[in-house]
Amino acid sequence: MANAWTVATMVAVIAGVVGFFVVLRAAAFPAHAIPNGAFAGAAAANVLGLNPLAGLTACALLAAVGIGTLGRRGRHDVATALALVMMLAAGAVFLGLSQEYEPAIYSLLFGEVLGVSSNELLPVAGLALLCLGAVAALYRPLLLSSVADQLGEARGVQPYQLDVAFLVILALATAMTVPVVGALLIFSLMIGPPAAARAFTGRPPVAILLSVAIALVTVWSAIALSYLSNWPTGFFVGVTSAVSYATGRAWTRWSRPGARCSSMG
Amino acid sequence: MSASESAPILEVENLSVSLSGRRVLDQVSFSVGTGEFTGLIGTNGAGKTTLLRAVLGMQVHDSGVIHLLGRPRSKRNHLIGYVPQKINLDPDMPMRARDLVGLGLDGHRLGVPLRTRSRNAAVEASLAAVGAESFGDARVGQLSGGEQQRILIAHAIISRPRLLLLDEPLANLDLHSGQEIVGLLAAIATEQKVAVLLSAHEINPLLPVMDRVVYLANGRAASGTTEEVIKTEVLSALYGHHVDVISVHGRILVVAGHEGLDHLTMSHDEVPG
Ligand SMILES: Nc1ncnc2c1ncn2[C@@H]1O[C@H](COP(=O)(O)OP(=O)(O)OP(=O)(O)O)[C@@H](O)[C@H]1O
Ligand SMILES: [Mg+2]
Repeated sequence: MANAWTVATMVAVIAGVVGFFVVLRAAAFPAHAIPNGAFAGAAAANVLGLNPLAGLTACALLAAVGIGTLGRRGRHDVATALALVMMLAAGAVFLGLSQEYEPAIYSLLFGEVLGVSSNELLPVAGLALLCLGAVAALYRPLLLSSVADQLGEARGVQPYQLDVAFLVILALATAMTVPVVGALLIFSLMIGPPAAARAFTGRPPVAILLSVAIALVTVWSAIALSYLSNWPTGFFVGVTSAVSYATGRAWTRWSRPGARCSSMG
Repeated sequence: MSASESAPILEVENLSVSLSGRRVLDQVSFSVGTGEFTGLIGTNGAGKTTLLRAVLGMQVHDSGVIHLLGRPRSKRNHLIGYVPQKINLDPDMPMRARDLVGLGLDGHRLGVPLRTRSRNAAVEASLAAVGAESFGDARVGQLSGGEQQRILIAHAIISRPRLLLLDEPLANLDLHSGQEIVGLLAAIATEQKVAVLLSAHEINPLLPVMDRVVYLANGRAASGTTEEVIKTEVLSALYGHHVDVISVHGRILVVAGHEGLDHLTMSHDEVPG
């Protein structure tokens, strides 16, 4: 149980931080496609007798680089859709090859945080540190190019390389967060909290901290509720995340008449 | 020092650019002197954005040279500030106007910014230079077009560039806001000794402040003072057919000669009766 709390906390921090940039850069579709398709890597590793998490990580990285290379910044949708379809197709083949529906695969799809073991903690912590370090290093270029690529480009930031770097960060975040909420629901943890946070503050660092805080509350309450009810953690993560997003929208609606308005145009 | 003072801040020689196999700029040459206000005039598709992007190093060129302060343009250029043509800012984006201005100082650097006193002072000074103190704390995506334009100018000048490139900053502004922005830029050019190269499809709003003009048509350019360039002979040669330059009440109309006065190629102003 202590393992579950530890790993969930790390996952919430990463999802909150990386998710902030996912929402800012309008990269929700890749953030959906990479975890969803990456289970193909886990299925393949399972057939070959390798570690499913390693397979999933490799597949997520491959998808990130593929999407970044094939798509143009801000216009990844076609490349993302193609990558998703290809990964799902490969995943279907590998699932077919493994005779039984492996519980390892099932837990990657739907999450199994309560079953996290001690020797799974270390790789997750390593990936978390890698993600945080990369985001901290690229913090300013990521912010600037999210406003407009040309602004970054004019200051010597290569938008194309930065975009691939960001997708790689997204892939690493996917690999470490999937064990908790599963590939199918990690999306909700990366989108809900940051999207809610931006309703409450206009300051980027504050929005990141708030996003992390909401993600923490989401996973902690999901674990507690899942423990009490025996329902899957992913279900509670999805619901709490959606509720926090709805609260953010409501707050925006409610507070905006009093806030500064653009020229009413 | 005195040598670089007298050298033009920007020299473009025989610049040619092709996009998808089509020559968009053909042997374009002009120069911009220190502290000068230059208007880059041309109709839609004349190549204004392409030219500015080439100067920034964001667009590869087929041939020609671009010199900044007498030296070939290097890859990363902190001598140049840039305000792009159109930016769609998400109103929900969690970024205040002052955050965007601050990124003009260090947005290309790695690592997390430290809120030092000198950084804050630079942001305040830049906001003050564009008259944006009152909306510095608003979300940048929720500002009006004219307010956003001021913030983008503050973002571009905070790193103290020697050359400021603005791509159609007046395009979405009403006459009054347009005049305000032009006046502001003229003041910044004098106070901060920064040369301004501003693209526009309409020459008249720039007449009061413009030192020189670069006129683009058919991929070629004519440059010089307004009097030297905005003449029937020069523009007719540039367009490749006869155009009339008519001056009415201090405004300039460039009119295609053959089709008659009803076909205005440059100015959408009505001729005052
Ligand atoms: N990526 C591209 N590939 C092919 N042609 C292009 C490309 N970008 C621009 N062009 C063409 O180059 C020409 C010059 O474009 P540019 O954007 O520089 O014009 P502009 O003067 O800035 O026009 P506007 O006033 O509409 O902004 C146009 O005819 C345009 O169609
Ligand atoms: Mg243009």
